Amino acid sequence: MKLPLSWLREFVAIPDGVTLPELEEAFVSVGFEVEEIEEQGVDLSGPVVVARVVSIENVEGQKKPIRYVGIDCGEAETRYVICGASNFAVGDLVVASLPGAVLPGGFEISARQTYGHTSNGMICSARELGISDEHAGIIVLQSGKPGEDAIALLEIRDVIFDIAINPDRGYALSIRGLARELASSLNVTYTDPAKNVNEKKYDINKSGVQVTIDDSAAVSVIYIRTISGFNPNAQSPIWMQRRIAKCGMRSISLAVDITNYVMLELGQPLHAFDRDKVSGSLHIRRATSEKEFTTLDNQVRKLSPENLLVADEKKALALAGTMGGLESEVTSTTTDMAIEAARFEPMSIAKNSRFHKLSSEASRRLERSVDPALAAISSARAVDLLIELGGAVHVGSATAGAVPEMAEITFKPGFVAQLLGIPVATAVVAGKLKIVGCSITDESKAEWKVVPPTWRSDLLTPTDLVEEVARLIGLNSIEGRLPVGHASATLSPMQYRKRGVANYLSNVGFSEVYNYPFVNQEMVDILGFTGPRAASFKLANPMSDQAPLLRTHLLPGLLEAAKRNLGRGAKDVAIFEIGSVFRDVTKLARVGIIPIDERPSKETIENIYASVPAQPLFVGAVVSGSLDRDGWWGKGRSFDWSDAVNQALSIIELTGNVGTIVASDLAPWHPGRCAEIQVNGKAVSHAGELHPRVLESLGLPPRTCAFAVILSELPLVSVKRAPLVGTMPAATQDVSLIVDSGVSAADVEKALITGAGDLLESIQLFDRYNNLGEGKVSLAFTMTFRAPDRTLTADEVSIYRSEAVAAAANSVGAIVRA
Amino acid sequence: MTLSAEAIEAAKIDALAAIAGSDSLETLKEARLAHVGERSPIAKANQQLGTLSPEDRTTFGKILGQAKSALNDALEARSAVLERERDARVLVEERVDVTVPARRTPKGGLHPLTILTNEICDLFLGMGYRVAEGPELEAEWLNFDALNIPADHPARTMQDTFFIEPRELNLVLRTHTSPVQVRTMLNEKPPIYVICPGRTYRADELDATHTPVFSQVEGLVIDKGITMADLKGTLDHFARSIFGPDVKTRLRSSFFPFTEPSAEVDFFFNGRWIEWGGCGMVNPKVLVACGIDPEEYSGFAFGMGLERTLMVRHGITDMHDIVEGDIRFSQGFGSGVK
Repeated sequence: MKLPLSWLREFVAIPDGVTLPELEEAFVSVGFEVEEIEEQGVDLSGPVVVARVVSIENVEGQKKPIRYVGIDCGEAETRYVICGASNFAVGDLVVASLPGAVLPGGFEISARQTYGHTSNGMICSARELGISDEHAGIIVLQSGKPGEDAIALLEIRDVIFDIAINPDRGYALSIRGLARELASSLNVTYTDPAKNVNEKKYDINKSGVQVTIDDSAAVSVIYIRTISGFNPNAQSPIWMQRRIAKCGMRSISLAVDITNYVMLELGQPLHAFDRDKVSGSLHIRRATSEKEFTTLDNQVRKLSPENLLVADEKKALALAGTMGGLESEVTSTTTDMAIEAARFEPMSIAKNSRFHKLSSEASRRLERSVDPALAAISSARAVDLLIELGGAVHVGSATAGAVPEMAEITFKPGFVAQLLGIPVATAVVAGKLKIVGCSITDESKAEWKVVPPTWRSDLLTPTDLVEEVARLIGLNSIEGRLPVGHASATLSPMQYRKRGVANYLSNVGFSEVYNYPFVNQEMVDILGFTGPRAASFKLANPMSDQAPLLRTHLLPGLLEAAKRNLGRGAKDVAIFEIGSVFRDVTKLARVGIIPIDERPSKETIENIYASVPAQPLFVGAVVSGSLDRDGWWGKGRSFDWSDAVNQALSIIELTGNVGTIVASDLAPWHPGRCAEIQVNGKAVSHAGELHPRVLESLGLPPRTCAFAVILSELPLVSVKRAPLVGTMPAATQDVSLIVDSGVSAADVEKALITGAGDLLESIQLFDRYNNLGEGKVSLAFTMTFRAPDRTLTADEVSIYRSEAVAAAANSVGAIVRA
Repeated sequence: MTLSAEAIEAAKIDALAAIAGSDSLETLKEARLAHVGERSPIAKANQQLGTLSPEDRTTFGKILGQAKSALNDALEARSAVLERERDARVLVEERVDVTVPARRTPKGGLHPLTILTNEICDLFLGMGYRVAEGPELEAEWLNFDALNIPADHPARTMQDTFFIEPRELNLVLRTHTSPVQVRTMLNEKPPIYVICPGRTYRADELDATHTPVFSQVEGLVIDKGITMADLKGTLDHFARSIFGPDVKTRLRSSFFPFTEPSAEVDFFFNGRWIEWGGCGMVNPKVLVACGIDPEEYSGFAFGMGLERTLMVRHGITDMHDIVEGDIRFSQGFGSGVK
């Protein structure tokens, strides 16, 4: 809400000498954020005067129209100036800055030669005076006396505050509301502008337009005041135009300006209907019969039966509290009007506004709740102004509904100190509540009855009242205290795991990224995801139609991030992400409306939890480029499929689990270079080189590798027994076996382990030779044996070796390589 | 050689000269073989001892012993000198340029959001808070209703919140980490002290200061006698830990449906007040919805955006750097080791 200090001063006795920072702090300290302070006219100095145009001579031969204008500035002689604007005629009153004046931006006015004439000043536009962005033409005044100081006439010197209003404080979208807040913050006298209005003088009778509330849930009180004899040629006075402009609105016509002015001053939106367009009495009802309606912005709007309307006996006249209709709009010839002021229920207006994506000055106020007492007062204030400025006559007023009673709150003043943690005297509590507008009965007792003012429909509970007191005494008067929680707070095992994995990867050359979890079907198809990985959740309202799905895997985001890095010139990219994925694979419970006035039942809570899908936690990585660069030491080495498998396995082993590798052909990996890693027989990871065609489609370099581990699927390994550390000498045996090339090294190793017996301490594949031909490969292992209690003899060890070889022969058809 | 004292003395002098004249360990070895070895004059003289009379054997034995001892001492001394010379030479020869870039694991790094999250979690762990986490795809009731955000609240429109199709599933991408607070209150009995970090979603376009996917950290305390003073003290401590010991905080009254009184918290950093987050005393309606008796317990909650915190602390001027996954960005922060 923008508001000028000059208007605030009318209702707040701001002491002399209060500085702007102090005023800003006064707003901020009671919870009103000052978004901007504009000091109009601060860099403007006169003489800037009212002038009457006495002659206009067009300067010929120029590309644009140039006028040589004679103006009467109240001086003995006519002054002549050059002017590029054309929106004025002889006899008009304009604003002239004379030599010696300085306009905003340090623009000094002096007499100068231009277009073959001496220009002895300048006729000003609003922008040149720094009072608005209007620069289509120069200012033409409705009134003023040649020679009069225009800076004062136009009330240029002013300070305009732009204040953010929280959604629970509808009353503050007005001079009335913010003046009250400023006065209470400065602790100075406040005059309620609503009290200046005598609404009783306009009789309620049957003479004007009548009104009926058909939907009593949608409006509590409404006033319709009918006037006639309004002079449609009457202009808004300068002070009114200027105040409206300072509040960020435009001056339109006197009738419209009056409704806007009263709204800005009091906070009650008003609407003026052309009396001649209204058939019979008005009705507040839903859009049951109409299908569409044309609003005054000339938009045809499809109506929903839920929309709230102001209608007459034949047709809709306005989208209630949101925007009037084109047909019944006040025009340049309207003389008779019906002025509407209603306290609509906030939710009805919010729905109107949201349904039509139409947020107006009226709807913004009404959806935040407007003081119901204002319907009578503000409509009377508008009639006062229509009479005073437009020569209108009051015909009659009608009303329906009533100002609702405010509910009484039972309140213990000690509750303030109890919630704030600082002592607050009872008298202070009472004082602050009264400033807010509350009335208190039983003030001498331990328990008060507090009735909030009509404009504070947000005050419903004792906590609401504490908030008001806290706001006004200032939250910063609270002295901090540091509470300490549980003695045994630690991270959960999964939290330790996440940190451990991230630290590990970052220390072996991977950079962590956080990708958006939004993907598209094309990516899902390119990656060849099927089954659970193709079961994507779809967003109802994605940021972009390009990415409407939620990720089922980390790879899509990682591949895009890798591509972005390569595109920016990176040669070697190793990135990882730890994050949740979303798969639409379980039947989810549906939950209906669950009230919040008590804890839901155990079954309901379980049902809520069952309505949310499990979201497994993954770590994923994509690597392109070298593991080890070329350098002065010689050739480097590319990160290859085996490094991917190794990193995945390392992560599994970090968690204390043992991974078993089996060959896999899962997309999007290379079908011959993909390892599935199992823990306790369950697949928890895939790793290897990516499919060449996938890489080609995505524009990624050949041999790019990737791995993913489902961190949330890895069992938590409980504390292990310490291993026995054997001190007797170890004996090693090498064995070289020939197997079919389809047999995996892991299977051979497994067979050897089974056959070698309990004294096998470790086994290591140290060679793989695949040039034997005939579909055979040779695998060479080193087996290390150790007994806990004796030195093993060569004979004994060679028996174990033979048994291991026999097991491999039996299990995978291995024969010893000669 | 005929055994005589003179001959032995001459052999010894020859030997000493040869030892002294050796200029390498190799020539020293030759000198040792020639003058102390089995075929050396001294060794041969020694072999003759057995043929001598006991008297002469004693005499020549003594002379020979002294000579051998002198030669051994000389050999040892010369050997030590030559070894030192050789070592010095080899070490010089093996000298390398230690400033050439070493062969090493490529650089990696944690995303600064991870580093900051860990830092904050550790801070609060030390104050007796647990770290609570929850799902990002969340039940609408937990994200909104239970927090006193009614069905028609503007925050619940499609302009602000990502909904899952079909709407009947009542699933949203959580707009804050507050549903984790609700889950905690539903699952546990007070006293509750939790810090809730996590990813959150709001339908804002990505620009220099906004991102539809962002991170929050929220704190929740429910205990007997918790007041706004506890909130203020906790926020002060939090701000000083993150931004430095001289940082001041201020509270400004504000409005959130789930807290009352509500406030915005600002901190004073590099000469200006910066909005940090929202906070307040947990609205009794929220406590009631979670089955906590507001007569017995009270609590506070606060929440901050981690991206904003990072941007201020590290002078990051463009949100794109945080979300785009450029490895140079994470690498710049390293692993967060102090």
